[in-house]
Amino acid sequence: MKLDDTLLPILYMLAAMSFIMAIKWMNSPSTARRGVIIGEIGMLLAVVGTLLRFEVVNYQWIFIAFFIGSAIGVPIAYIMPMTAVPQRTAFSHACGALASALIGTAEFYKGVQQGPPLTKVEMIALIVETLLGFLTFTASMMAFGKLQEILPQRPITYKGQNFVNLGVFAAAVIIGLALITNPEQTMLFPIFTALALLFGVLLIIPIGGADMPTVIALLNSYAGLSASAMGFVLNNRMLIVAGALDGSSGFILAIIMCKAMNRSFSNVLFGAFGQLQTSTAATSERPYHSASAEEAAQILDSARTVVVIPGYGMAVAQAQHKLKEMFDLLSKRGVNVEFAIHPVAGRMPGHMNVLLAEADVPYDKLREMDDINPEMPMADVALIIGANDVVNPVAETDPKSPIAGMPIIQAYKARTVMVIKRSMNPGFAGIDNDLYYMPNTLMLFGDAKSFVSSIVKELAAVGRAA
Amino acid sequence: MGAYEFDLWVFMLAAFLGFQLIRGVSPLLHTPLMSLTNAISAIAVVGAILITGEKDASTLSRVLGFSAVLLAALNVVSGYLITDRMLKMFKKREPEKK
Repeated sequence: MKLDDTLLPILYMLAAMSFIMAIKWMNSPSTARRGVIIGEIGMLLAVVGTLLRFEVVNYQWIFIAFFIGSAIGVPIAYIMPMTAVPQRTAFSHACGALASALIGTAEFYKGVQQGPPLTKVEMIALIVETLLGFLTFTASMMAFGKLQEILPQRPITYKGQNFVNLGVFAAAVIIGLALITNPEQTMLFPIFTALALLFGVLLIIPIGGADMPTVIALLNSYAGLSASAMGFVLNNRMLIVAGALDGSSGFILAIIMCKAMNRSFSNVLFGAFGQLQTSTAATSERPYHSASAEEAAQILDSARTVVVIPGYGMAVAQAQHKLKEMFDLLSKRGVNVEFAIHPVAGRMPGHMNVLLAEADVPYDKLREMDDINPEMPMADVALIIGANDVVNPVAETDPKSPIAGMPIIQAYKARTVMVIKRSMNPGFAGIDNDLYYMPNTLMLFGDAKSFVSSIVKELAAVGRAA
Repeated sequence: MGAYEFDLWVFMLAAFLGFQLIRGVSPLLHTPLMSLTNAISAIAVVGAILITGEKDASTLSRVLGFSAVLLAALNVVSGYLITDRMLKMFKKREPEKK
C-alpha cells in the first residue's frame, strides 16, 4: 500500500518529465540521441512502477505479451530498410491506436459488468478514446497498405463520398452519446466499434500518395489523443501528459505539412487532390530539351554551386547512395553541392532527410526550402531527382492551378535546371510542369538511380582524363 | 477544484508545452521525432498492464489486455530502437580524408 501512495506518483511524475526532456532534446541532432535514452528511462520507470502496483497480481500474461511484442518489434527495428520508414510509422500508429482502443473496450465492459460503474466524465473520455483509437487503427492500416503498395496509391473517389463519410461519423458519434447517457445498453458498443472502424477505412480511401505526409501526421495526433483520453479514464496524469505531447506533436506536423502545400485540413481530408486534373491535364506537345549523362556530367563538373532537389521518386528508385557518390566526386573538385528539401517531399515529414542521412550525406548540407530559396539565383545547376509539384513554377504564376500558392523550391531561378525523370508524363497531381519547357531546362530521361550512376561514371572518367 | 477539472488543466498545459517544444524541432528530424513521440505514447502499456494483471479480471478483459500489452510493447521496443537507428545516421561533415 505504501508504495502505491508515495513512490508511484513520484515515478509517474519522473516519467512524464523525462518524456518532456526527450522531446526537448530532439531539437538538435547533437542532443537527440540523449533524448531517446531519457525517453527509455522514463518508460522503464513507469512500467516497473506499474508492475509493482498492488492490484497487479497476475504477471504471467503480461510477460508473455511483452515477450511476443518485443520478439516482433526488435527484428522490425533492425531489419527494416530506411525506405520503409513511412510504412513502419503508419503501422506503429495502427498498433498504438488499437492498443488504446482495446483498453477502452475492456474498461467499458468491466465498468458495466463488474463495477465500479464509470462516471459520466469517464464515459465521455472512454468514448473519445475508443472512437479515435478504432478509427485511427483502420485508417493507419489503410495508409500502411497504400504506402506498401498493397492498395492502389491513387485517390479513389465516388459521388457523395463526403456525405457518406460524414454520415458514418455522425452515426458513430450519436451512438457514442447514447452510450454515455446509458452505458447499460451494451449491445450498442459493438455497433459503435464497427462504425468507428468503418469510418477509418472511408477516411483514407480518397487520400492520394502526395497527401500522405499530412495524413500520417494527423493519425499520429489522433493516436496520441486517444492515449491521453485513456489517462482521463484511468485517472493517470502521466498518460494524459504523454498522450498530449504525442497529440500536439502530430498536430503541429500536420499544420506544417498543410502550410507547405497551401491547403487546409478539410481540403486534404475531403478534397481528393489531383483527381479532377488527371482528365484535363494538358496533352499538347511543347518543345523541350534533353541531354545525355555525359553532357550532364560536364555541366555539373564545370559548376560552382549545385543544388539537388530530391523527391519521392528518389526514394522509389533508391538513388540516395548513388547521389552520395556524385556528391563526393563533385565536392572533391570544389563544387559546392547542397540538397534542398521541401517539407512535403516524400511520404512523411522528414522522409528525404532520413534517406540522405542514411546515405551518409552530412546533415549540414540538407537545407530547408525557406533557407535555400534566396540562394537559388546564385546556383549554377538545380538538379531535380524524383520531385515534381514541389518545383512547379505554376504554383507561383497561375492562380487557377490546383497547387496555386503552394510554396515551392525555386529551381527555375537557377542558371541551368536538370530534371531526371522517366518520361514527360505529368506527375502525381496530373499538373503539367512549366519548368520542363523552359529554355534553360535539360530533361534527363531515365531511372533516377541508373541515371545518377551514369553521371557518376562520366564524372570519374572526366576526373581521370584531367 | 474537481479531479477532472485538474486533469483538463494538466492536458491543456501539456499540449501547450508540446506545441512549443515541437516548434523548435528542425524539419531535419521530423521523421525521428514522429517515431519517438509514437514510442512515448505507447506508455498506454501502463493501462494495458493494469487491465491484464488484475486479480479477478474477466476472460474478455484478459484477452483485450493481453493484446494491448503486446501491441504497446511492440511499439515501445521498435519505436525507441528505430529512432536511435535513424539518429545514428545523422552526421556532420566528416573531416577531410586524404
